[in-house]
Amino acid sequence: MTTYLKMDAPQPRHLDETAQGVLGAPQDRPEGPLKVSGRAVYAAEHELDNMADGFLVRATISKGRVVRIDEASVKAMPGVLAVISDERFLRNPAQGGAGAAPVQGAAEVAYFGQPIAVVVAETFEQARHAARSLKVEYAVEEADVDPETASKVDTPDRRQLDQGDIAAAMGDAPHAVDVTYTTPVQSSAPMEPHASIAEWDGDRLILRGSYQMLKFNRAELADSLGISAQNVRILSPYVGGGFGSKLGIAPEAVAASIAAQELGRPVRVVMARQQVFEGTMRRSETRQRIRLAADTEGRLTALGQEDRVSNLVGESFSEPTAQATHFLYGGENRRFKQEVARVNRTCAGSVRAPGEAVGMLALECAMDELAEAAGLDPIELRKRNIPDLHPESGIQYSARSLAACLDEGARRFGWSERSPEPGQRREGEWLIGLGMATAARANVLSEAQARVTLHPDGTALVETDMTDIGTGTYAVLRQLVAEMLGLPSEKVEARLGDTDLPPGPGSGGSWGASSSGSAAFLACRGIRQMLATKLGCTADELRLQDGTATGGNLRAPLADLLTDGPMVEEGHLVPGTTAKEFSQASYGAHFAEVAVNATTGETRVRRMLGVFAAGRILNEKTARSQCQGGMVWGIGAALTEEIAHDPRDGHIVNRDLAEYHVPVNLDVPQIEVAFLDERDDAACPIQSKGIGELGISGAGAAVVNAIYNACGVRVREYPATLDKVLAGLPAL
Amino acid sequence: MEITLDINGDRQVLDLDPRTSLLDALRHHLGLTGSKKGCDHGQCGACTILVNGRRINSCLTLAAMHEDDEITTIEGIGRPGHLAPLQEGFVRHDGFQCGYCTPGQIMSATAMIEEAREGWPSYVSPSLEGDIELSDEEIAERMSGNLCRCAAYTGIVQAIREAAETREAAE
Ligand code: FES
Ligand code: FES
Repeated sequence: MTTYLKMDAPQPRHLDETAQGVLGAPQDRPEGPLKVSGRAVYAAEHELDNMADGFLVRATISKGRVVRIDEASVKAMPGVLAVISDERFLRNPAQGGAGAAPVQGAAEVAYFGQPIAVVVAETFEQARHAARSLKVEYAVEEADVDPETASKVDTPDRRQLDQGDIAAAMGDAPHAVDVTYTTPVQSSAPMEPHASIAEWDGDRLILRGSYQMLKFNRAELADSLGISAQNVRILSPYVGGGFGSKLGIAPEAVAASIAAQELGRPVRVVMARQQVFEGTMRRSETRQRIRLAADTEGRLTALGQEDRVSNLVGESFSEPTAQATHFLYGGENRRFKQEVARVNRTCAGSVRAPGEAVGMLALECAMDELAEAAGLDPIELRKRNIPDLHPESGIQYSARSLAACLDEGARRFGWSERSPEPGQRREGEWLIGLGMATAARANVLSEAQARVTLHPDGTALVETDMTDIGTGTYAVLRQLVAEMLGLPSEKVEARLGDTDLPPGPGSGGSWGASSSGSAAFLACRGIRQMLATKLGCTADELRLQDGTATGGNLRAPLADLLTDGPMVEEGHLVPGTTAKEFSQASYGAHFAEVAVNATTGETRVRRMLGVFAAGRILNEKTARSQCQGGMVWGIGAALTEEIAHDPRDGHIVNRDLAEYHVPVNLDVPQIEVAFLDERDDAACPIQSKGIGELGISGAGAAVVNAIYNACGVRVREYPATLDKVLAGLPAL
Repeated sequence: MEITLDINGDRQVLDLDPRTSLLDALRHHLGLTGSKKGCDHGQCGACTILVNGRRINSCLTLAAMHEDDEITTIEGIGRPGHLAPLQEGFVRHDGFQCGYCTPGQIMSATAMIEEAREGWPSYVSPSLEGDIELSDEEIAERMSGNLCRCAAYTGIVQAIREAAETREAAE
């Protein structure tokens, strides 16, 4: 049977009534022992009988056509089995949640690095050598590689909004800032490169891949190949990081599938690190003009965010730069505008917290500038501008603990010791400063199904195609089911990452735990109803703890209620009207202390604190890790991460981990995270909200604001590398 | 070409393409996929293993160069149910998320603790001489060749600090 819920009304807090007491506890990840001992098997690590290895070949032009692929140039090389280039090849990965093939075809080249062929050989070494030796002829066309000068620029309707008169409000206001910030192209750079092993059994394809959203990936892969989704099974039980780059089916999966079919044997295609940078997704660069005006009390009267981003022709995705700005602060005169430049660069798509990750870098620094202009503490300015109702739609907010996060963070961090005047604290050659920023990430719920089985031996199983990409899904679902069925967590197993299991929305948009967790919760409610009936009490009276059921003066071990065999139930959650009736988001506050070297301009982050409220926390340990991870991404965005495109042909110059600088251990202090107790009844029946992307939202701005406080240099061009800081420092 | 490797105490005879890296020999030919490939260029540390007790990036060396060397991989230092203290510490402190960099972190830390005990200074050491105290900063510097994009650095440092202290107390 199925227990179904459409979120058309705020939900009661059943999970505050249960007895087991494991939900929210900082429990270890159940798959931890496998991961730390090297026994968790990732996509590329399956050894199938008779498997061949494929290596992708990339385009070395930015725009044009492949005229000839000289197969003879490699066919005679040892071990080479095939050179395959097919019209079903993907130009770029599918966008997150597309559920259909992206632009296809290997003959038309739209960016430098586009996969145009795969060379398959008996071994990896042979395939790699042959792929790099393959001769390709092109007809080159003129490319647009610079977003600032691109000839084609779109203005998507959904990204334009004019409310009131921003120009007049700016002119009238006692305090105003009108500043432009830029953020560079960034890359997800998950540690596990994209990888697929394709194996056909007649008409049926099994793909072992590294993917985040299997329900959609299955449909995308089937559509790309022109086969029925019924004939595709994808397995991704372990994913070595995704951060958006594995949301949609990617070129290596389709290439492996086509090659495996053609050769009649399993084929593995693993992207080289350079190919991950060039051939998956980038985060678009942004240029953002922020306008803020405030009255004498520091209340916003105008707010504007106008940005230019870029993408390939034919991609409907554009970075939702202003996503959080719409709901975060008030101000009756508002203007939002977006331009999307069409360029021949690697496809732009979702990278961890699309929108907030870059939009908040600009907005939260501009707020710091406004606070200074208005002579207000930056925290006070933010608190004065938390709106009562959504400033555009007028709808109400669901649980929103922003002010409490700001206050709690200020208290824990010692904010009162900050001097509002920059450059006041010096330790030797280091200038010390404190900065803060708001965190906010829109909350989304997505359709999800899950199956729960309760066995007579007091163990339970929860199954869904949901993935765990490091997010803690195995831990969280296990605890949720243990809580609902009154079992110790060790008695519950979570089985994930297989399209044969009930579909969920996957890992993306921070919706995974709430959506799939709610589906598992509903399944458990169904089982609780069955148990109550068996015991002879009502579901409300039923109490389950440590394998024993009590209710209405009755008491029985679970085994006695399961004499007919296991109980099986599916849960099915569908978003409803609460998504439209409430503005829902997770909130937080970031605090950073930096040291800026007065001689070199180098910045070191010395302390960092994030205080967050995201509804019910399902596992305090994994939630903390998610937030810490996001905050470190903020450090990277603030200080080091930047993809450089060659201005002549747009190719990515720093396409490896030596030149694209993700933060390393020494760049990161011990990061402190605190959660505020919150329940969001409008979000979902388990009262939780997204947390995987919250930590990055605003984090980089806190660091850059701290740089300003340390040394008085306002860097508006991310990242704040030492050359930019140094340029503003006084001569020695 | 035929080569003999000594891995986790077992002698393995392999017939390999001379171009095969030590990492690929482990992953593709011996089923030892615990050592991960993040970059194949010595830039991420995911492939870190021990050769004669020292940590190396196994993607940067050819298998053919390691006849007679003593090789230790993550599979050789513990397994579920019998984890090494450092592995247990990583689980307890959540020193990982996706787990892909983790075997490399643990192998690197295993060797790093010994390096510090032998008095090897680092970039952040106050002096080139004398004993090394594994402060958080020392640990972070010495582990900066192992990237973690999930950014579990806080837990990684905690797990290593704890294991180093336990190792010290056991002396
Ligand atoms: S795979 Fe060897 S250092 Fe990255
Ligand atoms: S745990 Fe994912 S990269 Fe380190």
